[in-house]
Amino acid sequence: MKTELRTALRIGLLGGLVASHICLVGMLETFAKRNLIGDYLSMGYLLLLTLFLFVGYKATQVAQKAATGLLCAIIAGGITGASLSDLVFLTQNFQLREIFAHASPALVKLLTLGQSKSLGLLIPIVSGISWSLFGGFFALLPKLWRRVLLNTLLLTLLLGLLRDILNSLLPGDFGKTLFTSSGLTYIGAGSSLFCGGILIWAFLTYREQQKLKPETSESRNSPLQKLLFSLLILFLLTFPLWSKSFLSNVADSVGLYIIMGLGLNLVVGFAGMLDLGFVAFYAIGAYTMAVLTSPSGIFHFSFWQALPFSMLIAMSGGIILGLPILRMRGDYLAIATLGFGEIIRILVISDFLKPYLGGAQGITNIGKPEIAQFTFKNPEHFYYLILIGCLIAWFIASRLKKSRLGRAWMAIREDEDVAQAMGINRVTTKLTAFAIGALFGGLSGAIFASMVDSVVPKSFDLLISINVLALIIVGGIGSLPGVLVGAVVLVGLPELLREFQEYRLLVYGAVLVTMMLYRPEGLWPEVTLQHILHKTAQPEFPVRPLPTPEKK
Amino acid sequence: MYLFGRRIDASQIIVWIIGGVLFLLVLIGSISTLLTERYTVKQWLDFIIFGAAQGGIYALIALGYTMVYGVLRLINFAHGEVFMSGAFSAYFLAAALDKAMLLNRYPIPCLLVIAFLSAAVSATVAVCLERIAYRPLRRAPRLVNLITAIGASFFLQYTFRGLYGSGVEVYPDIAILKGDFWGIRKTLLVVCGSALAMLGILYAFIQGTKTGRAIRAISEDLETAALMGVDVDQTIAITFAVGGSTAGIAGVLYALIFSQVNFFMGFVPGMKAFTAAVMGGIGNVPGAALGGFLLGIFEAVGPSLFLDGLGIPAANQLKDVIAFTLLVLILIFRPTGLLGERLAVKRT
Amino acid sequence: MALLTANGLTKRFGGLLALKDLELTIQEKTIHSVIGPNGAGKTTFFNCLTGFSIPDQGEIIFLGQSIHGMRPDQIARWGIARTYQNIRLFANMTTSENVILGMHGHLQTNLFDALFQTPRYWQEEYETQKEAQRLLAFVGLEGKEAIIAANLSYGDQRRLEIARALALRPKLLLLDEPAAGMNPRETNEMLTLTQRLRDELGLTILLIEHHMKVVMTLSDMITVIDFGQKIAEGQPSAIQANPQVIAAYLGGGASTA
Repeated sequence: MKTELRTALRIGLLGGLVASHICLVGMLETFAKRNLIGDYLSMGYLLLLTLFLFVGYKATQVAQKAATGLLCAIIAGGITGASLSDLVFLTQNFQLREIFAHASPALVKLLTLGQSKSLGLLIPIVSGISWSLFGGFFALLPKLWRRVLLNTLLLTLLLGLLRDILNSLLPGDFGKTLFTSSGLTYIGAGSSLFCGGILIWAFLTYREQQKLKPETSESRNSPLQKLLFSLLILFLLTFPLWSKSFLSNVADSVGLYIIMGLGLNLVVGFAGMLDLGFVAFYAIGAYTMAVLTSPSGIFHFSFWQALPFSMLIAMSGGIILGLPILRMRGDYLAIATLGFGEIIRILVISDFLKPYLGGAQGITNIGKPEIAQFTFKNPEHFYYLILIGCLIAWFIASRLKKSRLGRAWMAIREDEDVAQAMGINRVTTKLTAFAIGALFGGLSGAIFASMVDSVVPKSFDLLISINVLALIIVGGIGSLPGVLVGAVVLVGLPELLREFQEYRLLVYGAVLVTMMLYRPEGLWPEVTLQHILHKTAQPEFPVRPLPTPEKK
Repeated sequence: MYLFGRRIDASQIIVWIIGGVLFLLVLIGSISTLLTERYTVKQWLDFIIFGAAQGGIYALIALGYTMVYGVLRLINFAHGEVFMSGAFSAYFLAAALDKAMLLNRYPIPCLLVIAFLSAAVSATVAVCLERIAYRPLRRAPRLVNLITAIGASFFLQYTFRGLYGSGVEVYPDIAILKGDFWGIRKTLLVVCGSALAMLGILYAFIQGTKTGRAIRAISEDLETAALMGVDVDQTIAITFAVGGSTAGIAGVLYALIFSQVNFFMGFVPGMKAFTAAVMGGIGNVPGAALGGFLLGIFEAVGPSLFLDGLGIPAANQLKDVIAFTLLVLILIFRPTGLLGERLAVKRT
Repeated sequence: MALLTANGLTKRFGGLLALKDLELTIQEKTIHSVIGPNGAGKTTFFNCLTGFSIPDQGEIIFLGQSIHGMRPDQIARWGIARTYQNIRLFANMTTSENVILGMHGHLQTNLFDALFQTPRYWQEEYETQKEAQRLLAFVGLEGKEAIIAANLSYGDQRRLEIARALALRPKLLLLDEPAAGMNPRETNEMLTLTQRLRDELGLTILLIEHHMKVVMTLSDMITVIDFGQKIAEGQPSAIQANPQVIAAYLGGGASTA
């Protein structure tokens, strides 16, 4: 009992810390501007709500008995809420705002629901306790119910977040009953909860039953999967036709990141080299395209003439950067590539190379791709170009993965010395990974340059490298579908949540740390090469535990 | 193929050629600058002293990298942010003291208080970082640790951006630090002196105290140290605290010289301090100090010395390129540093 | 006929002389053991043979050609394969993937084949599968093709390491303490397996082993080294009676424990 209470206390304090963090960095205020359900539940409140629920859930889980668990939930939730009240009190009575830019009256109003001073202080505590209790009850539910509830709630939230896409699919009146200008209406939320709940319940029970049966090879390629697959293809092919231009734009940047992600995945995921300077190749590709096609330059190439050069020069860049650093240990390699990325960025901005690369103003009027009489101009057109780029990159990456070279990469990732003793040439193998990765980066950069019509050094800072790295890690290091998942989650979602932009890197940082702590294999982990064994009957297939085990 | 008893392959030859070309460029640039007598002796001296002051700051930050690497074999990517957190937080105290007219009336106590606050904030951030992000992953593969450190670095950077805003804040001027002393900016002298004093104190701490001995023991061999009764968790936390507070003090010194702070200020000094740590031999405490000063001076003299000579316009813009190139070159040609990785003999 | 000759091998680590003027000749299709106390330089010798260390002096002639200056992967393709004292498998890959990695140097497919999955690619994939199954069956791991290497039992991991080394199609196989940490039954199985390697596959084997029963039963020739120097060489019976050897082992180690 005593230890349980102590844990509850700790969870509460941690929760309070997180809650204050959310408030003080300004996330609550910014996110409160976006209403998800009706005009009451905003994303900001949702953040705090989730936190309270989670605190209650965790605290209840710790305890052995249900009653103690709920008591723990109340305590933990109360403490979390109290720390928010504390924050409100401090903000009201001291000049906290001189230091913390976001400790504003607006924040106080949000936390106290606009109530008067003394009553307002109670509100966070009361809501903390009550929501934590809900979290506690949730923890006590049977597993199936818990999963149904969780998935239904997630589905509803996702529908709210994806309002922009979904609303453009629906006919006007129907859309208006379900969606507000930023999220779901009450009717929309209610029907989503109801229908979604039933569907998810049906699906989960169905899957439970399926699990009991022995898995047959037919169940893997069931007609249902084929149908879903063709629907997905149809969706991808027609996407720009029915969605808004804004969405095509989002899809374009997701696509560009997928190409880069597939490239970096070769380097980090397959060959196990942590490259933090990947943006360098993206920049090289974009600048090559710009210099070769811009009318202010001396070459005047067309897009199609310049594209191979962009890719080849990026690839040679990869080889030149790769050669010296291949011998380094993992952590040094990371820093050296980071250094390279920065060197290239500073060189591009500098006056030294200004006559060629345009300094901080960059280069404009970049050539557009043309096929016969048709010119690719707007995001919808580029969507198809990028889609083709993604397909090619995917094709190359997946084929390489299944090849002799792919096996050699993985061997090097696992144990470099032994790989060498198995007759694998360390330098050429690693260099190929680097070069092909750079090639993808160059392709992505070239398309990007042509699409936005101008390249400026600002578009190529370190954050791009980090974005790409984050997306392959979130998806699952070394996993190809993981790159897609990662790109959609880390690039697509933030574009849809415009409010999110400012906190993008904050969240990425937190996501990276959390992933490494709790799920280092990613959202869609790689399953060991199956093709080699596709004929042999296969027992349970354990998933690879961790990427790159290195000896200490 | 063999050369001087070492096995060489084609890739190594290319690397050596690149290195040789760079060296030649530096040499040609330096000679042409010196021949044209573009700068006076006084100017060179100024460069060197500025470099030394800057180098002192790098040395203090580098200590944190080196000590943490010593105990955990981990490059604490977020160390630059630890440095920033102290300097940025202490700004508010400095501004408040200035507003209350205390800063110029009692400059020395005020500076001490500011430095103390900065050190305390940085140490807290460093210890929390260790506790939350690194401790659970102590046995994880290196890639996992690296990614955690990168994530933590961005998390901290943008947390402080959220907390304190994204603007550049200007540290208040301190009257007694203005002006020259024997023709040298007083600030630089103070920074240099404090950095040296801090380095001395730290060296004494590591060599002379029981905690210092525990840190050294863990650096040699973590498991054995634990078996010998060293409290590993506590000692590692202390290492982070010491490294953090040193970085915090470096932050205040940095603010004295450049007199402005913002949330992004940690990145470049962090990278450079890492360069310094590697240059001296990571894991090696005197090495970090030496590397810091060398790098600071190199970076201050470099643009004028060899880039000007090569006729490159606005050479000062390329200051960071010099530092980063040096970093890459060191990692390629002498990854064990000038004084050697003294603590990294085992567990390679 | 001599398969491998080491002439005057010397290797220093700082002040420590790990190998001193070591002379060694290995005859074809024999099991040749190298024994000696811990730190005698046996593993350094292995590292020199596989190209991970480069001897300061002396040279190694293998198949009539000096391997001096070859990279480890070149030496591996030239015909020297090894296993490790502390098993070093690709722990997250399946058994057959491990073996197929050993064949890396013998495979012909290039980038083009891999990208377009040409008939040659499929042909080779099929053959490597078959070959891997054959090798696994040879070491007694049939039916375990799809198991992740880390999940194999200790003895099976040793076998897998041998299968992986065999996939290199070596002329000379270096076994670094293959019986370390095994119980008597597993040790006996390892004994048989090693003999089959010589008799059925016609391999030459260089063995480092502490387990005297294994050494005495298997070896056609034994070389004893101490402080990097050869102190005795001969057939098992001769070595057992050699006073210098007994002295090096402090009198007690040469029992059949």
